[in-house]
Amino acid sequence: MPLSASEIAKAVASRKMSALEATESALARIAQHDGVLNSFTDVTADRARARARQLDADVAAGKSPGPLAGVPFAVKNLFDVKGISTRAGSKINRDLPPAPRDATLIERMEAAGAVLVGALNMGEYAYDFTGENVHDGPSRNPHDPMRMTGGSSGGSGGAVGGALVPIALGSDTNGSIRVPSSFCGIFGLKPTYGRLSRARSFPFVPSLDHLGPFARSVRDLALAYDAMQGPDPDDAACTTRSIEPAAPLLAENVGGLRMALAGGWFEKNLFPEAVEAVAHVAKALGVRRTVEIPEAGRARAAAYVISTTEGASLHLDRLRKRPNDFDPAVRDRLIAGAMVPAPMVDRAQKFRRWYRAKLLQIFETVDLLIAPATPCVAPNIGQVNFTLDGVELPVRANIGIHTQPISFIGLPVVVVPVPLAPMPIGVQLIAPPWREDIALRVAYTLERMGAVAAPPPRGL
Amino acid sequence: MATGSIDDYINSVAEALDLPIEEGWRPAIRFNLEVSLRMARLVDEFPLPDESEPASIFSA
Repeated sequence: MPLSASEIAKAVASRKMSALEATESALARIAQHDGVLNSFTDVTADRARARARQLDADVAAGKSPGPLAGVPFAVKNLFDVKGISTRAGSKINRDLPPAPRDATLIERMEAAGAVLVGALNMGEYAYDFTGENVHDGPSRNPHDPMRMTGGSSGGSGGAVGGALVPIALGSDTNGSIRVPSSFCGIFGLKPTYGRLSRARSFPFVPSLDHLGPFARSVRDLALAYDAMQGPDPDDAACTTRSIEPAAPLLAENVGGLRMALAGGWFEKNLFPEAVEAVAHVAKALGVRRTVEIPEAGRARAAAYVISTTEGASLHLDRLRKRPNDFDPAVRDRLIAGAMVPAPMVDRAQKFRRWYRAKLLQIFETVDLLIAPATPCVAPNIGQVNFTLDGVELPVRANIGIHTQPISFIGLPVVVVPVPLAPMPIGVQLIAPPWREDIALRVAYTLERMGAVAAPPPRGL
Repeated sequence: MATGSIDDYINSVAEALDLPIEEGWRPAIRFNLEVSLRMARLVDEFPLPDESEPASIFSA
């Protein structure tokens, strides 16, 4: 397996490896495997080589290259990358002028020494759970290219799951980091709403949009997360809290934490592999307690209403002027979203505050909740329905049913991969607001026990 | 809502919002709107006190 981000950073800082070598290695893997995975839409090789040479010059001059020295990374193509039109998975946005400046999170990753190598495939305008894209073709699962990566950050899941890069960035409105993490068998962090700046990324649902990292190990995930923290006046929702580093806390004992399984809604609509994965994680942590999460189904419904209406509002002019340039499935959902009566949306936002208060009460007696990330392993690309308990259900509408009630109130979540065969599946570790460190510590403990791991790509 | 009345509703809102709708898109739009309204009704039927504050983000 290629080196992890932390191994690359150590090797570059100690001059055992150059940043240029690490970059060339990633570019070679992309050239070799991305024909299968279709995870990249843009490879920024010239920029990456220039950045790597600069880093190597800095190291040679005795400057500290940062905690992510020479680490190649890539971003979902809704992040602004200077000089590239931010397509956000769409055809329409390709007509935008090239972005004049990188997204804040790219700037922060590069300030920590990381090297951007490209932009990644995604579902159109992030309104997607499959990773399929009618314009760029589907992202393909690194463990079985006939299966979907999950979406909408499909290329991010494929590129990290396929070990093309050790770290990728994506966005999560209703599950778009957590679903590809589950399907591609990698670690993903959806931080607290407002924790990481969204400045200069293309939005979907501002009330619910989050950005975050994917990685093949918990340490790499925490290193990327720490590098990206901090206030940013360019994002109206970004916190003014100071940086709270998680990487130094990873090895802290988790024995004193009160952990429980999320009950009710989170125990239903599961295939056997999802039940097995949750039980596996609970057993490894010695968790037997279950806590009922009240009204999670209604929370999912409210998240749906807010998403479809804010999404419709965002795209209203494009729906008027260029309806035939959308993915028809996205267009028809957005047009329907424009027709939801306004009082329903207001009530969904009021319900959101009620539900938040209920979850905060639960977190008075629990430090971490365990829940499935997806109801199943990755379905086949193009699959329309699956059969659960004898009932035929639509795939797209049901992939995110266990992630939506959590992002709805912005709770931080780490998805940990359970390497079942033939396909991995993820489990959500859910912490109270602003306690990403708790979810990361528990994930790190599970990883050290060997209970969770990102499997080598089985389909390459 | 009956199919006829939801189609009337779609026509009226599309006109109010100046949204073009081709006939071929109508079944999918109707299906998606029915799903959205079903979700919205789930929220609507939950009793909330008059003093409830929405959770949309704004700080002055």
